[in-house]
Amino acid sequence: MMANTSDRFILQTRNLNLWYGERKALANINIDIQPQRVTAIIGPSGCGKSTLLRCFNRMNELLPGIRIEGQVLYNGEDLYGSNVDVTEVRYRIGMVFQKPTPFPKSIFENVAFGPRIHGLTENLAERVERSLQQAALWDEVKDRLHHNALGLSGGQQQRLCIARALALEPEVLLMDEPTSALDPVAAGKVEELIVNLKKRYTIVIVTHNLQQGARVADTTAFLLGGELVEIGPTSEMYTRPRDNRTEAYITGRFG
Amino acid sequence: MEKHETTRVSKALVKGVPLDGKGNGVHHESPPLGNTKPRPAEAPVRGLLFLSALVSVMTTIGIVLVLATEAVSFFKTVSVFDFLTGTKWTPLFEPKSFGIMPLLAGTLLVALGASLVAIPIGLASAIYLSEYSSHRVRSWVKPVLEVLAGVPTVVYGYFALTFITPILRRVFPEMSIFNAASASIAMGIMILPMVSSLSEDAMRAVPRSLREAAYALGSTRYEVASRVVVPAAASGITASFILAVSRAIGETMIVAIAAGATPKLTLNPLESIQTMTAYIVQVSLGDAPYGTIEYKTIFAVGLLLFLMTLGMNILGQWVTRRYREVYR
Amino acid sequence: MDSLKRRTTHRKRWDRLFQGLFGAATLFGVVALLLLITDILRKAAGWIDLQFLTSFPSRFAEDAGILSALAGSIWLIGLTAPIALPLGVASAIFLEEFAPQSSLTRLIQVNIANLAGVPSIVFGILGLALFVRALGAGRSLLAGALTMSLLVLPIIIVSAQEAIRAVPDSQRQAALALGATKWQAVRSVVLPAAMPGIMTGTILALSRAIGETAPLIMIGALSFVAFLPSGPLDQFTVLPIQIFNWTSRPQEEFSHVAAAGIVVLLVLLLVLNSAAVLIRNHYRKRFEA
Repeated sequence: MMANTSDRFILQTRNLNLWYGERKALANINIDIQPQRVTAIIGPSGCGKSTLLRCFNRMNELLPGIRIEGQVLYNGEDLYGSNVDVTEVRYRIGMVFQKPTPFPKSIFENVAFGPRIHGLTENLAERVERSLQQAALWDEVKDRLHHNALGLSGGQQQRLCIARALALEPEVLLMDEPTSALDPVAAGKVEELIVNLKKRYTIVIVTHNLQQGARVADTTAFLLGGELVEIGPTSEMYTRPRDNRTEAYITGRFG
Repeated sequence: MEKHETTRVSKALVKGVPLDGKGNGVHHESPPLGNTKPRPAEAPVRGLLFLSALVSVMTTIGIVLVLATEAVSFFKTVSVFDFLTGTKWTPLFEPKSFGIMPLLAGTLLVALGASLVAIPIGLASAIYLSEYSSHRVRSWVKPVLEVLAGVPTVVYGYFALTFITPILRRVFPEMSIFNAASASIAMGIMILPMVSSLSEDAMRAVPRSLREAAYALGSTRYEVASRVVVPAAASGITASFILAVSRAIGETMIVAIAAGATPKLTLNPLESIQTMTAYIVQVSLGDAPYGTIEYKTIFAVGLLLFLMTLGMNILGQWVTRRYREVYR
Repeated sequence: MDSLKRRTTHRKRWDRLFQGLFGAATLFGVVALLLLITDILRKAAGWIDLQFLTSFPSRFAEDAGILSALAGSIWLIGLTAPIALPLGVASAIFLEEFAPQSSLTRLIQVNIANLAGVPSIVFGILGLALFVRALGAGRSLLAGALTMSLLVLPIIIVSAQEAIRAVPDSQRQAALALGATKWQAVRSVVLPAAMPGIMTGTILALSRAIGETAPLIMIGALSFVAFLPSGPLDQFTVLPIQIFNWTSRPQEEFSHVAAAGIVVLLVLLLVLNSAAVLIRNHYRKRFEA
């Protein structure tokens, strides 16, 4: 697409600062996200992990009193550029939330929601089936596609939300603590799914759970008090952190 | 000082010594239980409170009894069938005829007209207030709508007769001075805040996470509102419509002032009509002698009015309860 | 990708169109209120003066005044408040603090919700049969006040219930832990804390009573009263009925008299509602201090 120096990275931030009213939530963040990898953002509560994640699909704009400085680049293009349409950003960059958020519609209509609004209604049934299969949910729901999605279990609902995001075939999938509201078994299934999905998608995941981060992520970024402390290959981060604040967090001394 | 106090107290506690309230331990035998000063018994108070709560139940029973006894006496003269199916309503002059259809038609015509004004505008403004408006706009629009809801109905009646009718008559010169259309519009404005605020409540009950999920899929604001929020709030919105229509059916002064006193089986809003409520007012202004058949018509018409609005209110509450269950 | 761009443009256009429509709908209510108020002020201009405020009604528009109606309205709320307020607050206390989880309690609660939706004219029919005829109160202020009390009772109960529910449970428990009986806890802790909410709700209920016309027509309030009521058993008229009467007259001048009457009614409502707001703010400050 854009042939410049940044084509190794799909998402980048350049001196990103963010304020909620008077409070500064992100300070001078420079982070590069590699394609087709899982990048985990870790850090204690309130460190700005979710805020940073939400800069990548401009969800922060929905809150009043937000001010953003700096750049977020997607394939080298400024996501916040004046010619960029926010709905297109979110079409290319999908998101899964902490709590499952099925719409009170049928399973089928939940997955078909994105394709319908973006006019991708050709072969809709196939698209829905493909997405549900990628989300490892198809076998469990194929006989009740037209039942209300609120009847699914929590874990199934979360995989449905993943399928709903995948139905738009996004390049990037942002996941905001996607397993924290699930029981361990359901969480395990979602985790397994994340590992499988990285063949096809770039995944950025915010997690509270260090073990989970270690299991799924290729790259890990550690955030503290709105600052990026360090980023690197997960194995190095967990075994030989460069910064002693990272070490303190990973060994459980705070957070 | 404070620290000193604490240590003394904790020492006393450690020793198991009772305290005298000044932080000093005192040594005395604690009295056995059951020795406290007797206090006013709760039972009479409770009984009084219960009786007060019963007043509202007695009110309903009173309404039903009053309406039913006089209506039964009315239906000894006029058969229920003739009452409900008759198409002529002339109880106040000869030949007397007691068919409720013209009054019912007038009532429904005005309620329908009011709904045509209040439902689309009320729903649209509810969407605006819940999904689009900034906090600042909301904080001054909502009180304005509350004021609109608090304007006495006699004022709306005056407004319909002296402001809306003259304007409409410029467009439709053949329109009568008293007509269903003006009353409908004024009544629509009156029930608009009800539709708007109840619908908005229902939309605000939709969790923010659902909106975010829809935005995260690249929806525009209109798509979030129309495809996620409104469907998710559908039963609450429906309930607001039902309750507003019920309110329109029971509303009296606007129609008594502006819609006329001509019981007529018509769908033409430009004509003068009469509603059930306006008829009741007409009879009671005319001072129908106690015990006559004219007097009793008030109760028969009132009973039908009561049953219609009660039915709609129960339906509205039932629908509301259903939407509450979705997001527990 | 080009079709996607086109579609996005198209969707954004719809988004803006509907934003405009929804915004216009919201403005509709605001504009309607402005029109209503300016129209009435315009028609009332020149008709509100000391003579209007201090005269009894008259066959001649120039001589007509609002005095007896204003006095009647004030008498009516003065009598309604002491009947409806204790009944409503007591019902609310019972339902929130004492009522067992029984089907009777649920019945009372459902009944209150339904009573709030009964057309006011039906309350008028009840008042006519019960207070005017059966209890022999005649077409008096008392009959009117009793009828109005029943009419506004559901509003007072519901708002008092909300105010009581808003008192944190910790407050009750703190009182109970000091050995208070349930009633003592309610009287000394819950009620004072809920009082601003209860007063606001009551004032709003009384504003409703001031604006009501139909039930009072039913119980036979007069529309031509050339005297001031001196006691609860006197006959009376109220502002809305006087306005209704003036509105129904064919002469053009009486339409102005009616508008002047409406201004007086709206000012009275404004005063009451400002009082409600002041009470709310006063107590809010007191709790913050």
